[in-house]
Amino acid sequence: MKVLENLLYTQEHEWLKVEGNTVTFGITDYAQHMLGGIVYVELPEEDDELDAGDQFAVIESVKAATDIMSPVSGKVIAVNEDLDDEPETMNEKPYEAWMVKIELSDASELESFLDAKAYEELCTKEA
Amino acid sequence: MFPYIPISKQDEEKMLQTIGVDTVDELFTDIPDHLKLKRPLDLPKQKSEIEIRRIIQKFAEKNTAACDKLCFLGGGVYDSYIPSIVPYITSRSEFATAYTPYQPEISQGTLHGIFEFQTLVANLTDMHCSNASLYDGPTAATEAALMSFDNKKKGDTFLISSTVNMVTRQIIETYLKYRDFKLVVIDEKDYVTDVEDFKAKIGKHVVGVLVQSPNHYGLIENYTEIFAGAKENKALSIMYADPSSLGILKTPGEYEVDIAIGEMQQFGNAMHFGGPHLGFMAVTKKLMRKMPGRIVGQGLDHDGKRAFVLTLQAREQHIRRDKASSNICSNQALNAMGATIYMSLMGKQGIRDVAINATNKAHYLYEKLVAIDGVEAVTTKPFYREFMIQVKDHVAVNNKLSEAGILPLLVVDAEKNILQVAVTENRTKEDLDYLAKTMEVIS
Repeated sequence: MKVLENLLYTQEHEWLKVEGNTVTFGITDYAQHMLGGIVYVELPEEDDELDAGDQFAVIESVKAATDIMSPVSGKVIAVNEDLDDEPETMNEKPYEAWMVKIELSDASELESFLDAKAYEELCTKEA
Repeated sequence: MFPYIPISKQDEEKMLQTIGVDTVDELFTDIPDHLKLKRPLDLPKQKSEIEIRRIIQKFAEKNTAACDKLCFLGGGVYDSYIPSIVPYITSRSEFATAYTPYQPEISQGTLHGIFEFQTLVANLTDMHCSNASLYDGPTAATEAALMSFDNKKKGDTFLISSTVNMVTRQIIETYLKYRDFKLVVIDEKDYVTDVEDFKAKIGKHVVGVLVQSPNHYGLIENYTEIFAGAKENKALSIMYADPSSLGILKTPGEYEVDIAIGEMQQFGNAMHFGGPHLGFMAVTKKLMRKMPGRIVGQGLDHDGKRAFVLTLQAREQHIRRDKASSNICSNQALNAMGATIYMSLMGKQGIRDVAINATNKAHYLYEKLVAIDGVEAVTTKPFYREFMIQVKDHVAVNNKLSEAGILPLLVVDAEKNILQVAVTENRTKEDLDYLAKTMEVIS
């Protein structure tokens, strides 16, 4: 199971890549393992305004349908439309198959997330 | 001679004994006492089959069937011609008695039929995909409204044009009564949707906008500005379309709407005293997984042969059912089969021809009627096959029409004495001339 060094992680097994005021968001290798074959991803629309905790996406796998909550508040500035046709890339390359890019409205929200080391510990504990 | 319930005293006792109760009354202990009749039904003593048949026949004859009189009624239900091949095929027991097609291994015929229905609906509406049908037009409109709220969680208002059939509006209202959703009506101006009022009411809080084409008055509206306004505000554009008009009028797909819905009774199905009818729904690919109801898909069986199976069920009844906008699983399979046979029989050209035929007849009749003294035109706006006329006294006119063997016309506005006339391809020139002649005498 892969955990990348330069990312932030949520308790819900999602990764965030912070670049200035922009956050790129996806699910981790651990998450895609747990979900199994992903068959469909429902994404928000560009310009959607999000509050942290808003349900903004759904991942449907052969095992389950999972609601995805926005980890941060802000505005959706890009969605990965490639996932419409190739949702399986989330299984194959979880750290490349990003879901959305969000422009942060409150950078302090980032403080609560885990670094790679803490996230690895979380996974070990849950496994 | 049998009594009405053909069971002997001995049989009754044996049955009661088997299930362990003493009297028939004990079977109804759950019903509160004050609701019970406490006396036998007021029915004549037993009669023979032949006597009963005669009595019931007398009752039935009190009804006036549309086929006994001349019918110019419309307003959502239409007396269209049903080619005899439609009931011939739908009455086959494989279709007439087929149960919900859960099991593809025994239901390939029904599933295939529904698959063809979906394809035909998608082609007719110019949309990407269709479901297996819904109860009727108004409930299809309701499902579209629920989808809109589900699609945009941050909105709370659904807009409906006042030129949408009142029945449809009332049914949506009833369904949404106990939800925290707001229904707002867009006013009409001169019998078409008031675009200025729409502009005043549209906003980010709006989840969807519903219009009807042709509208409730039979008029053809231009919805370009309304759908553009909906799109701008991320509200779903929804068009309630008369399927029979889609061979000649702008289709939902051409308008690039998100959801097309409507009533398809007139394609191969009788008016049935108001139901069962046939609702349809077609959506864009983007909304495919949010569409309620069943969808039949095409796949391969384990020998690699073409096979049909219910698909995308996660939305409605499996792992995502709690998230679905609706858990409706029913469809109108038999009526949809009738429409499927009708559409494949008529083809693209046939559906167009029927629409042109009805339009020409309606316009011929309109010209004749408004030329009569005492019959006025209500609007000069373009119409399809339904139009309004203003008379001096609608009650007197309808009474006279009844006496002349014509079903009373639909009253659009009692105060203003406005009546509506619908003309399907099922009316002949003689029928139209007869109505005109009758109106001439009474107006």
